[in-house]
Amino acid sequence: MNIRLPNAPLTDEQLQQLQTLLQGMQGWQVDWLSGYLSGYRAAQNGEATAETAPAVSEQTIKLTILYGSQTGNTEAVAGQLADKAKASGVDVQLLDMAAYKPRELKNEQFLAVLTSTHGEGEPPDNAMDLYEFLDSRKAPGLKGLQYSVLSLGDSSYEYFCQTGKDFDARLQKLGATALIPRVDCDVDYDDLADKWITDFVETLTSSMQASMAPPSASATMSQSSSEVKYDRKHPFSAPLLENQLLSGRGSSKQVRHIEISLEGSGLHYQPGDAIGIYPQNDAVLVKMLIDALSFEAETMVEMDEQSETLTNALMHHREITVLTRPLVEKWAELAQTDELSKLLESKTAMTEWIRGRDVLDLVESYPLPDIDANGFIKLLRKLPPRLYSIASSQAAVDEEVHITVATVRYNAHNRERAGVASSWLADRLAEDATIPVYIDTNKNFKLPADDDTPIIMIGPGTGVAPFRSFMQEREERGARGPNWLFFGDQHFLTDFLYQTEWLSWRKSGLLTHLDVAFSRDQTEKIYVQHRIREKSIEIWNWLQDGATIYVCGDADNMAPDVNEALLDIISEHGQKSRDDATEYLRQLTRDKRYQRDVY
Amino acid sequence: MTSKLPEAEQLKLDSRYLRGTIAEGLDDAVTGAISEDDNKLTKFHGSYMQDHRDLRDERRRQKLEPLYSFMVRLRIPGGVVTPKQWLGLDAIADDCANNTLRITTRQTFQYHEVLKKDLRTLMQQVNAVALDTKGACGDVNRNVVTNVNPHQSSVHAEVHQISKAISDHLCWQSGAYAEIWLGGQSVYQPGKSEEPFYGERYLPRKFKIAIAIPPENDCDVLANDIALIAIIENDELTGFNVAVGGGMGMAYGETATFPRLATMAGFVPKTKIVEACEAIAAIQRDFGDRSNRAHARFKYTIDDHGIDWFNEKFAEYHGAAMAAAKPFELIRNGDRFGWIQGEDGQWHLTLYIYSGRIVDSDSLQLRTALREIAKVHSGEFRMTCNQNLIIANISPKQKPVIEKLVKHYQLDIGERRPALRLNAMACVALPTCGLAMAESERYLPAFLAKLEQIMSDAGLPEELINIRMTGCPNGCARPYLGEIALTGKAIGRYNLNLGADFSGQRLNRLYLENVDETTIFNTLEPMIKQFAAERQENEHFGDFLIRVGILGAERTPEMMHEPLMQH
Repeated sequence: MNIRLPNAPLTDEQLQQLQTLLQGMQGWQVDWLSGYLSGYRAAQNGEATAETAPAVSEQTIKLTILYGSQTGNTEAVAGQLADKAKASGVDVQLLDMAAYKPRELKNEQFLAVLTSTHGEGEPPDNAMDLYEFLDSRKAPGLKGLQYSVLSLGDSSYEYFCQTGKDFDARLQKLGATALIPRVDCDVDYDDLADKWITDFVETLTSSMQASMAPPSASATMSQSSSEVKYDRKHPFSAPLLENQLLSGRGSSKQVRHIEISLEGSGLHYQPGDAIGIYPQNDAVLVKMLIDALSFEAETMVEMDEQSETLTNALMHHREITVLTRPLVEKWAELAQTDELSKLLESKTAMTEWIRGRDVLDLVESYPLPDIDANGFIKLLRKLPPRLYSIASSQAAVDEEVHITVATVRYNAHNRERAGVASSWLADRLAEDATIPVYIDTNKNFKLPADDDTPIIMIGPGTGVAPFRSFMQEREERGARGPNWLFFGDQHFLTDFLYQTEWLSWRKSGLLTHLDVAFSRDQTEKIYVQHRIREKSIEIWNWLQDGATIYVCGDADNMAPDVNEALLDIISEHGQKSRDDATEYLRQLTRDKRYQRDVY
Repeated sequence: MTSKLPEAEQLKLDSRYLRGTIAEGLDDAVTGAISEDDNKLTKFHGSYMQDHRDLRDERRRQKLEPLYSFMVRLRIPGGVVTPKQWLGLDAIADDCANNTLRITTRQTFQYHEVLKKDLRTLMQQVNAVALDTKGACGDVNRNVVTNVNPHQSSVHAEVHQISKAISDHLCWQSGAYAEIWLGGQSVYQPGKSEEPFYGERYLPRKFKIAIAIPPENDCDVLANDIALIAIIENDELTGFNVAVGGGMGMAYGETATFPRLATMAGFVPKTKIVEACEAIAAIQRDFGDRSNRAHARFKYTIDDHGIDWFNEKFAEYHGAAMAAAKPFELIRNGDRFGWIQGEDGQWHLTLYIYSGRIVDSDSLQLRTALREIAKVHSGEFRMTCNQNLIIANISPKQKPVIEKLVKHYQLDIGERRPALRLNAMACVALPTCGLAMAESERYLPAFLAKLEQIMSDAGLPEELINIRMTGCPNGCARPYLGEIALTGKAIGRYNLNLGADFSGQRLNRLYLENVDETTIFNTLEPMIKQFAAERQENEHFGDFLIRVGILGAERTPEMMHEPLMQH
């Protein structure tokens, strides 16, 4: 082979030497040489050779192959595509749809979707999450994405290859373009699938040039919102993205997973922070209250800055589900009833009376003859925001925030009552609602700065929420520190909050230990503190290794019981007196190795 | 490339005689599941994991794992239990399962919705009533089923003993059962065999043995790997005709799979029958196709090699050839309901149990009734292969006591009309069976109600037709022996198979593929009207379809895959 390069910047002698060298070289030797030369050049420029790797990868096409498979056929075809694409020099990521994070989609350039169809046109189980995501409000625009779909099906069914068709339509609707048209295969799929694979890989490699254009403008973040600063006084109207009941059938609880969008707000949070939510009162309760007072709903009342209808004022701005002592005192003055005044004399009697009662009870029990709407509004305190521990990490969910909310419901004094925020989120929030929110930072509940530090998380019930954010954060950071979760609730079958996520983190190795206590699955009550005591030696060892302990949840019973268990472990295995153990735990607190978020 | 063992074979080999990591999996409290590999092994222990499919999607959204539970099936050779055992098994349904007992098509009980945390307790309670769950599923000999013949009590007793002897003889031996379930000490030692017959790889696939006592064929004897037909000469059981290579299961679209009836091989005297069964199972152990699970059943071994090859092998393994088969006649494969008096004067009552499900409902306190009967009954209970129940060996003196209870609880002894339901059988299917593509047990009543109307309108309220329904093609309710059979394709859609005989000796064939209920009834109604108008005396529906030429009598594997009619 003669090298003819009229424009080569080489002397004749150099060309001659090059020709001598290349003659008789095998293809793989040439490949090696070309790699060596680019590294050599980089070294000349003073770059570390490792850093040349990205430069090389920019030249390759990245293809993500996702498969939804019930019987394994589709998975096998996806494997064939992966092999063929790799052989053509494509950088391939092959994934089961269930293992794929849908929010990665917006970063994809080339995508192959292979899926079978189930029964009457439903997606296979492992495709379900992605399938629903693409049709949800969370689905991103996919303008830059090029894709193709291969569907496997059985034409004896009415909804032949329906899932493939749906994926195709949904991707298209989000702005993605088909690299080659979708192919629907019948039970004898081999030939058609082969052809689709060949076409796909050919079109993909030949489109290499076109696709190497600089990144699109869509990747740059919108900065316009940064001028507005949202905070407690100026909450951001955050769109609701998802509102999902976590409690399984038959549970006596009602815990919801709520996802909220912070897009465009410029709001940021860290794992351990809380979110403040301004709720709305129940319109039914507001109406009962207005009726009990014989007011008109549309009466305008003076608020701090503007006037509002009485209904609006009570719905959005005044607290009506909780009684406070100052309110009762003012009320007693105006009502001038001996009964109420007498109640106020005894603190315990007052506390007892307030418990489970609200403003409507006060109005009904002790009517004020001469009060008007404005006067009434002035008596009430402002509707305060409710705080929820954040259950997500921005490293994993970008501009979203997730919370875990237990709906508070109870019957007291012959009326069904509910927590204002939790029942608003559970019952009265429209699917396309916005929620006024702000971030409430919590400096005292933070992951260790050192990613190698072991952590022990104790979070029964909704107390588990921040630990979901911890795990998301540590997963995204690639933190290597061991993680141990203690979770508890009433029943294993229905109350294991985020069970599938913990299981998959345990499987991936991120979650080192997972211990659970379900109090009502056996005759004797078992709580997290029992599990902690069962694992006392291991916990002591973790503490010796520098572990940080986090406790989140109930302040009345759980937190003191856990504290007691920890004291016992420290005094037993550390051979310390009770006082020394207490001091040991205090020192842990001072060192920020014992952090609690209890309420 | 070196040839690698198929996954299922490798798993058995690596399992340390069925131990795997089952015990560790049971102790893992954060999931109701066990690993996929262990789930294949627990089948040998009589149990496999299922999940509540109605809730699967809902729970996925709730970030809860599927609602896993276990089905547990017992080994009860010949389907006979004592009243004392009955009471024990009844209590387990409340303690560990979903308050129901289900009689299966292989004459045993299975429990449903057993949570992982309750599995060990259940196994121990089963053990406490002197029963076990060994080989109720898995690649070993399954529960040995027999005819429940209430007439010839002495023959039945003898056949029952033989079924038990065969079952015990071919039961797996590993110490894994006692270790995992009953708190036994570990006896495993590397290199030490725990399975003298099966070895480390057990059989290539499940293996089924049935015994019929002519003229009754309630166990669909020819649907089994080994079909034994009792030969009675001068009122004495002399031995068995032996047919081999029957089996129901197939897979849609895979034409190499098909149901097959056993081929007659010869006659074996009763004294040699246990050894003969061992020899036949050994032939399958050594020659069954372990390279392809879909082709691993004994029926394919027989189909591939032929019956002459089998007879040669049998002579070699057994040390003696079979004698020529003796004449016999099978006349029906359904049950005979109501009171029957045996030759020894004892009474037997066959009760109709809908889909074998023993449960208390608002309209029928079936479980309570049977518990009350068990408390006073001194004979035994026999499950039938059609999922019904016989209260057997009632003395003439005791008969009024049982009669009173039957009346009090309004149990169905088959006298109500229309009669169609009596010969209808459905598998469990949704929501618990992982294989089901369509409803079966939950849909059968609605299907029957409509078909009964058609039968009544045609003037045939007394007529019995064998109706079989399954949620998939695998054949648990022996669908390919139904005169009318539906096998599930998708929710609300079935394959319609027609034309088996009434005695379990001719398969049906695929008539319509993947059709809905309306199409099925539009197809059946004119056939039933024609049947009412043109049938000959005592002619059964399946035979009629063939005589008038609606379909032929010939059966080939292709006919199970290619529908006769397009719709």
